Amino acid sequence: MTIGTLAPPESAPPQKPNRPTRGVSLFNGPIVRRALVDTFLKLDPRYMIKKPVIFVVYVGSIWTSVIFLRDAPHTTAANNVFSGLVVLWLWLTVLFSTFADAMAEGRGKAQADTLRRSRQETVGHVLLPDGSTVDRASAELKVGDRCVVDAGELIPGDGDVVEGTALVDESAITGESAPVIREAGGDRSAVTGGTRVLSDRLVVQITAKPGETFLDRMISLVEGANRQKTPNELALQVVLVSLTFIFIVAVSTFQPFAIYSHSPQPIILLVALLVLLSPTTIGALLSAIGIAGMDRMVQHNVLATSGRAVEAAGDVTTLLLDKTGTITYGNRIASELIPVAGVTERQLADAALLSSLSDDTPEGRSIVDLAELTYDVRAPDTPGASLVPFTAQTRMSGIEWDGRSIRKGASDAVRAWVEEQGGTVPDDLAPVVERIAKDGGTPLVVAEGPRVLGVVHLKDTVKPGIAQKFAEMRALGIRTVMVTGDNPLTAAAIAKEAGVDEFMAEATPEDKMKRIRREQAGGQLVAMTGDGTNDAPALALADVGVAMNTGTQAAKEAGNMVDLDSNPTKIMDVVEVGKQLLITRGALTTFSITNDVAKYFIAIPAMLHGVFPALTDLDILHLHTPQSAILSAVIFNAIIIVLMIPLALRGVRVKAMDATRQLRRNLLIYGVGGLITPFVLIKLIDVCIVGPAGIH
Amino acid sequence: MSGSSWAEIVFFLALLAVSTPLLGNYMAKVYSGGHAPGDRFFLPIERFTYRICRIDPDREQRWRSYLMSLLVYTLVGGLLTYLILRVQAHLPADPNHFPGVPSGLSFNTTISFMTNTNWQNYAGENTMSQLSQMFGLVWHQFISAAVGMALAAAFIRALIRRRQTTIGTFWVDTVRSCTRILIPLAFIFAIILMSQGAIQSFGADTHLSMLAAQTTHSTGVKTLTQTLPRGPVASMAPIEALGDNGGGYFDANFANALENPNGLTNILVLWMLCMIPFAFAWTFGKMIKSMRQAAVVLSAMAILFTISILIVAPLEARGNVKLNYAGVSQSITSTNPGGNLEGKDIRLGTTGSALNAAAITATSTGGVNSAEESYTPIGGAVPLFNMMLGEVIPGGTGTGLYGMLIFVLIGVFIGSLMVGRTPMYLGKQITARDMKLAAIYILVLPATVLVLASISILVPSTASSISTTGPHGLTEIVYAFTSAAHNNGSAFAGFDGNTNWYNFSLALCMWIGRYFEIIPALALAGSLVRKRTYAVTAGTLRTDKPLFAVMLMGIVIILVGLTYFPALALGPLAEHFAGHFGL
Repeated sequence: MTIGTLAPPESAPPQKPNRPTRGVSLFNGPIVRRALVDTFLKLDPRYMIKKPVIFVVYVGSIWTSVIFLRDAPHTTAANNVFSGLVVLWLWLTVLFSTFADAMAEGRGKAQADTLRRSRQETVGHVLLPDGSTVDRASAELKVGDRCVVDAGELIPGDGDVVEGTALVDESAITGESAPVIREAGGDRSAVTGGTRVLSDRLVVQITAKPGETFLDRMISLVEGANRQKTPNELALQVVLVSLTFIFIVAVSTFQPFAIYSHSPQPIILLVALLVLLSPTTIGALLSAIGIAGMDRMVQHNVLATSGRAVEAAGDVTTLLLDKTGTITYGNRIASELIPVAGVTERQLADAALLSSLSDDTPEGRSIVDLAELTYDVRAPDTPGASLVPFTAQTRMSGIEWDGRSIRKGASDAVRAWVEEQGGTVPDDLAPVVERIAKDGGTPLVVAEGPRVLGVVHLKDTVKPGIAQKFAEMRALGIRTVMVTGDNPLTAAAIAKEAGVDEFMAEATPEDKMKRIRREQAGGQLVAMTGDGTNDAPALALADVGVAMNTGTQAAKEAGNMVDLDSNPTKIMDVVEVGKQLLITRGALTTFSITNDVAKYFIAIPAMLHGVFPALTDLDILHLHTPQSAILSAVIFNAIIIVLMIPLALRGVRVKAMDATRQLRRNLLIYGVGGLITPFVLIKLIDVCIVGPAGIH
Repeated sequence: MSGSSWAEIVFFLALLAVSTPLLGNYMAKVYSGGHAPGDRFFLPIERFTYRICRIDPDREQRWRSYLMSLLVYTLVGGLLTYLILRVQAHLPADPNHFPGVPSGLSFNTTISFMTNTNWQNYAGENTMSQLSQMFGLVWHQFISAAVGMALAAAFIRALIRRRQTTIGTFWVDTVRSCTRILIPLAFIFAIILMSQGAIQSFGADTHLSMLAAQTTHSTGVKTLTQTLPRGPVASMAPIEALGDNGGGYFDANFANALENPNGLTNILVLWMLCMIPFAFAWTFGKMIKSMRQAAVVLSAMAILFTISILIVAPLEARGNVKLNYAGVSQSITSTNPGGNLEGKDIRLGTTGSALNAAAITATSTGGVNSAEESYTPIGGAVPLFNMMLGEVIPGGTGTGLYGMLIFVLIGVFIGSLMVGRTPMYLGKQITARDMKLAAIYILVLPATVLVLASISILVPSTASSISTTGPHGLTEIVYAFTSAAHNNGSAFAGFDGNTNWYNFSLALCMWIGRYFEIIPALALAGSLVRKRTYAVTAGTLRTDKPLFAVMLMGIVIILVGLTYFPALALGPLAEHFAGHFGL
């Protein structure tokens, strides 16, 4: 890993690594082919009953099919064509809905297959108390077993590294091809079963039972095998079932009224009317929307432990963001050299470079880079130099070479050092140091012998584009709170530059917990990211806790999501995916309900044409015949499901705007659009089917 | 429509605009628990009431206990009324010596008044003794209205309170609704009505000889005398209107000149019946401390209410094409207010009648002053549709408010999703359980109406109950069940409900319409009161913006329209189009 280049190391948000399956198109060949097969397998009544609205259509299709077959021999050909087509399109309505589910599951299934391939049976070398090892199949490992894993071997199960440091290839899980370092102790100790040790040797203590490993969980998640309906999905289902129920009542009581009006209706038409009125569009796509939402999380390389967490993400109103890593790159980078009076920039650059040769921290390397690139000084060979490393006591580092004695470090430490050698501190130093500190930077004073040369401005660089992102969050009603261990002055400066709404300076993990509690008591829903063990309680407390995959096992278990890319900035994408899921549901529900108005105005006059021809005045479309009107409406009702599949799977785009504008926009598109679209499409279908289908 | 008709409508709406804030503010104080105006006068009365009834006014109830109190109270009251009606012949205050009311009719009437419906399968002036009217029926007119108001107050409290379990005390809410709102208002209006000529008497009916003999054309019988009924009418009419009861002393309700003597009292009556429901929306705003939220609810009610008036009044003023064919003049002259006067009182004209038709159905009153049966098909469909909306524009006393708030929850559910949030109203999260209760509340009524109406089609006696076959007869049946289920009580006229089937089925309808609505509404209150509240941010669905009011109206109309469209198409719409009334 190389860090510490002069320019911000990554000027663009981290790119998504290539992955074998993630990021594939929704509609590629193999996925569609597989979905077509699944479409028919899902006609199993046990599956259908879970989609109550479509189940009603399903029962209706079976019922009308029986009636059609029974009556066909004694009915005119023209009538048979009409009834047959209605029954056919009722079946297609059912099939289109199962097709939507199959499509939504398609990508996840393909991914699960890939993951399964990496879940091979491996052998764990279990370490016995006497130091010898015994081989045990990974499926027989117990929690607490310590396994030795050598270079080239697969780690047999999830666990914590208790001994050793090694490079691990985690591409099977994260898709990221660059290996990562895993070491005992600290926040980089967690390893995942199925990943490969590339170098060195690790001793791993197993923390997960076989069958309950991260990989297993991941497979079942992406596959949607045990997908539970989420709370909001259940509530929406209540609404849809209620609507369907009332339409069953409305349609079945229509018959006695129609009989009273000397216009009894054929069963096929009543079933068709019921199907037209039931919220079939959203009913057909509801589960596909949920599966697709989880899938979109996976596309972002985030694993949500439940759909509930995805929904909660949409509701988040406060984001607690660690400054380091999320808002800034985290390493302090030298941005400027400020000499005191009487010293040239070059002199200062030269000394700063020399003093940093021993400094292998990102800060030190950034000083070397700055001196070399901006001030064009070259690092000389320094034979016989004695390097003075940084210690917590001296708070300085430097070099003794060629009779020169150079130090750089904290302002007061260097002052003391200079004064100790009889030097004086120039007057113009203090204001510079103060200014840098006030701007959120860290001033490093450079001195040679008794002479102060100047100051290196170390700056914590805010990630590009982050302020824009925060502005978008603000528009969506989400407050951002920056959490940092920095002093209030530094924190304020970074907070201002990044555009966060609030910041917590000198924050301890306990402060973070308190803050979450306080936010929640104030009615806020809080999301945060974390990786260390001391983040675990806060991750568990937050409404949405995103743990970094590089983090500890404790953190990963406490959160309700794991980010495989370990990119804390991504929490904002997570929020958007949550919102997108909810908006898609709302939009299609509205669309489905407003569609009914048009369908009513077309179907009822057509059904009553025989007894009240004058009612046709309600049919503003002037469709060819009552039969073509009903058939067109039924066809529209089925086709609209297919037309809406891409929207359901991709989700409605979330715009950064406040709720009122968001509502106005979506009401216009899906509400008013839902009123108008069926009129247009049904008229089109009517024009198309008259003639070819022989409907008159 | 003439200028005076417009003036009448504007005057009526202006009265409401004045009373809504005044009464709304006052009611908020009555239900908020702290000090309220008139404490010095009312508190001793209330304390005395609590003492003799052994009520602890400070003991708050959870929703189940609130419900039990309500059920027991109304059930005991209902039994008492049933007994009074059955044995009225043996009780005092029966100057006309009426016999006991038959069991079927007693049953229907008791349920009807218990449930605030006031559907009347009888003519009061020749069926009920004065005691039955005053103690059997008027008592329920106060109580059933007060119960609705108590429920609304409890529902509002459930929205205000956080993480609590109790929603108030049923006894206190009911008593205060009576002592501080209904009784004082009824008292004042009774005196005003008397001043305008409404009768108030305990004497027996008198028989007057007519100035000219009247001949009944079909039989050729000449009539020389007329019976002038007497009774405590002016004391009943105000609560009939204020409590959105609609059951009058007389068969003809507000069409009877002894109860509703002139154009002024007609408007006052309409004002009375709309007064409390509209004010409750204001009270809601005061109690939740957000007039903007209330403005959304109130404006949705007021706009739909005004639209219904603006459809019926001009249609009736324009007249009925069929009357032209019959050679009847419908133009305005010095002696003719003009328009479709068939079935309307010439004193009130088409506008005074149309206002009544819209207002008594938009509220749950049902006290007609004209025969809606002879309105134009669409003119008659609007009152029907008003009821179908679920009595929320503005609905009954209190019941209208929480009914509308339940529609608000449905709106919040869909609206929140569209802004990418899980549903929240006033900071409270709306869960699947809440949606279940809201769905039950909204579905029970149309399901009951449609099922019972369609069964009625198959009942042989129906043929004699309806006045005509065809779409009009269907409208009569649907109207009767809609009116009963929505606890409205207005009749389309022309329909005879005093048969075994209708006495029973309509009573069932009223019973379901009242209690199967109260139970989910209270359960919802019980669920809401327990919830914590979440902060409102820029990302929260704003339920206090005009856009939400538009959405709310859309949801109310579309949901109801979708449910009832087949019935409406075969009834009034078929009649309208087939009759070439033109749109």
